[in-house]
Amino acid sequence: MTEPVPILQMRGIDKQFPGVKALDGVDFRLFPGEVHALMGENGAGKSTLIKVLTGVYDIDAGAIELEGRPVAFSGPLAAQQAGISTVYQEVNLCANLSVAENIFIGREPRRFGRLQWRVMRREAERILASLDLDLDVSASLSAYSLAVQQMVAIARAVQVDAKVLILDEPTSSLDAGEVERLFGVMRRLKEQGIAILFVSHFLDQIYEISDRMTVLRNGTLVGEYLTRDLPQVELVGKMIGRELAALESLEDRRAAAEQADAAAPLVEADGLGRPGAIEPFSLTVREGEVLGLAGLLGSGRTEVARLLFGADHAGSGTLRVGGVPVRLRTPRAAVRHKLAYCSEDRRAEGIIPELTVRENLILALQAARGWTRPIARRKQDELVERYIKALDIRPADPDRPIANLSGGNQQKVLLARWLILQPRLLILDEPTRGIDVGAKAEIQRLVVELSDGGTAVLFISAELEEVLRLSHKIAVLRDRRMVAELDNDEQLTTDALTETIASGGRS
Amino acid sequence: MSRLLGHRLFWPSAVLAALLLVNVVFTNGFLNVQMKDGHLYGSLIDIVRFGAPLILVALGMTLVIATGGIDLSVGSVVAIAGALACLRISLLGDQNSVGGVLGAIGLALALSLVLGLWNGVLVTAAGIQPIIATLILMVAGRGLAQLITDGQIITINSSPYKLIGGGYWLTLPFGIIIVAAVLALAAFLTRRLALGLLIESVGGNAKASRLAGISARGVLLTVYAFCGLCAGIAGLMISSNVSSADGNNAGLWIELDAILAVVIGGTSLAGGRFSLGGTVLGALVIQTLTTTIYSIGVPPETTLLFKALVVTIVCLLQSPAFRAKVLHGRRRRPSASARPVPEEKKASVSA
Repeated sequence: MTEPVPILQMRGIDKQFPGVKALDGVDFRLFPGEVHALMGENGAGKSTLIKVLTGVYDIDAGAIELEGRPVAFSGPLAAQQAGISTVYQEVNLCANLSVAENIFIGREPRRFGRLQWRVMRREAERILASLDLDLDVSASLSAYSLAVQQMVAIARAVQVDAKVLILDEPTSSLDAGEVERLFGVMRRLKEQGIAILFVSHFLDQIYEISDRMTVLRNGTLVGEYLTRDLPQVELVGKMIGRELAALESLEDRRAAAEQADAAAPLVEADGLGRPGAIEPFSLTVREGEVLGLAGLLGSGRTEVARLLFGADHAGSGTLRVGGVPVRLRTPRAAVRHKLAYCSEDRRAEGIIPELTVRENLILALQAARGWTRPIARRKQDELVERYIKALDIRPADPDRPIANLSGGNQQKVLLARWLILQPRLLILDEPTRGIDVGAKAEIQRLVVELSDGGTAVLFISAELEEVLRLSHKIAVLRDRRMVAELDNDEQLTTDALTETIASGGRS
Repeated sequence: MSRLLGHRLFWPSAVLAALLLVNVVFTNGFLNVQMKDGHLYGSLIDIVRFGAPLILVALGMTLVIATGGIDLSVGSVVAIAGALACLRISLLGDQNSVGGVLGAIGLALALSLVLGLWNGVLVTAAGIQPIIATLILMVAGRGLAQLITDGQIITINSSPYKLIGGGYWLTLPFGIIIVAAVLALAAFLTRRLALGLLIESVGGNAKASRLAGISARGVLLTVYAFCGLCAGIAGLMISSNVSSADGNNAGLWIELDAILAVVIGGTSLAGGRFSLGGTVLGALVIQTLTTTIYSIGVPPETTLLFKALVVTIVCLLQSPAFRAKVLHGRRRRPSASARPVPEEKKASVSA
């Protein structure tokens, strides 16, 4: 097999930010018709490399060649015109416009200055058909699921004769079926000879779709590998630079399951439901128990959490906390009963981006006290210092805006925000999504510690292994209905769990 | 140096200094402050004195804007407060009775507070967008002020009331002392107590704030009520200064100057971080600008144009994108060409 010519070649890329060298002599190449995974922990330099490639940042040293010619883009638009398109994690489209408009926005076919709607619709249909998508192109984009919107974003990206397609975490909010569909689209593009740069935190997905991978660590190149030659364990080792025993060291929690059963019930939901969001369900969380919620995206996991926390109003049913019936009309009321909730959407529903780490950390406590009873500065310092140390939040600078922290560290700050209040039930909705392996292990360990200390945890995750490893009991959701509640004993495996999710517990 | 340039109060301060400098050149003895009859006199004192109502309104506006809202009704509240106070005083048997004047002031301020709360209720309970909710009172409030004054200009002759806008205390114009007191109160509520944190949290991310257990309703009601109160005090000051109440023209367009002052002071209209000091600075810039227009003799028909020009410059200077393009871009380019990267760039352009 002769080595084909790379379409894109980056050599010796350096990028310096104030106080940190983000990229240090990184080489990267991309071949036509391949899916190339860019791997590394948060802060390894993946995003910087992509931004350097697409002209968002200037490079300090090094060279970029596209099809053998040196290039330097002034910005994403210039990169796109040269054939390098990017689709980001969040769909950057206008949901209120039609599918066709979204594909062509900014470059609509015109004739004498007038839009050619018919041409636009026909072209849009053709492009979507080439990706095996059958959509009504004049329907508004908001009519489609997030996954389809993601694919429309891809259609938009390849519409301009793309040679290189960059997919930055496109799968982080898709469920399994949707991911499969996306992969189908990616394979089609591959056949068309497009080179795809793929970033994802899901190792299984990387192994399913990618041909080749480049691993970065702390801004330096670790190496480039063919995916089939590099076992997962070695990959993780290369990403974090040490043997990862952390994830394995968590002992299996199943032995503790029986013991937790004896504990007093803390939160009891009876027929709790909300029309259009989640069918009535009954659920009991006991003190010191980790209750896992498993199910696909959109199966109603978040809706359960929001009802228990009072973030949405229940349409039916009753809720008891510590045996006393309560009506939670607001999250504030839930906090008063010592419930806490970390949303899955860290950016929109978690952090206050402009505020500092300190302010974000003390926010829930201050809210509970009310603004007339400020927390003394010395007390703040003490709390902030303690939790930064306990959760290993980096950088350990309380006066830095939280927006400047990596995803994993933001997540830790949000956890600390609730831990300060010493909640009786902590609801964690996808706490480990999109964060690096190290932070993930730490958060999992924290869940175990909390549970050992008597705190109940409702743990929601799309990763079944994680749910299995941590939970005493697992409730399974499907199509906005709670279909099963399983004891996490010896017989329960990811396969069995997958089976329950797929069959809806009828088997 | 770059730290100083990057400070968000640097550019408004620089513009204020530049405006003052222009005045020093055009007006003899501009910086002189004299003591006459135990009172301080001078152009600088006048700027603060005449700017006092604007500073007050802008302080309240700052907190509202920090929550992501806006209050267009402050001008009407100014008129209503002045009208009610003057009406009550005009009905007094003895217009110089301190008790009667205090009663009138108390009533006017209480009404201002209620009007502010009304805005807050519309925003929180009814969920109306702040710009619309306060637009209601902006329009209806003028009518209410007219109703109070019966469409006339109420003129009074009350020396205790005159003190608020035109009098002196401890050598200083009384208005300046009121401003200092309100500023201290606002600073205490927001920075000493935790109101500021909650305001910035709600303004920065309302959804996340709710999930963190913050009751946005309480915060918003407090903030709109405070804004109404500030406008009410400003209304008393304005009507006291001229010893009359004009329901039509008192406080007309002051909401726009106040919003401008807040923005010049570096608080984003999108909500979040706010700066009380910046707002005071912004209000002083606007007031100094007015003084400057008189002192350098800009023809009256072009005053507004001139004002607009200066405000545009201030806003451009504050925009990081503009600064990067115009100010730094010129300086950076020659030094950068010594490095290898731009060489690559040149090569790619020719290729």
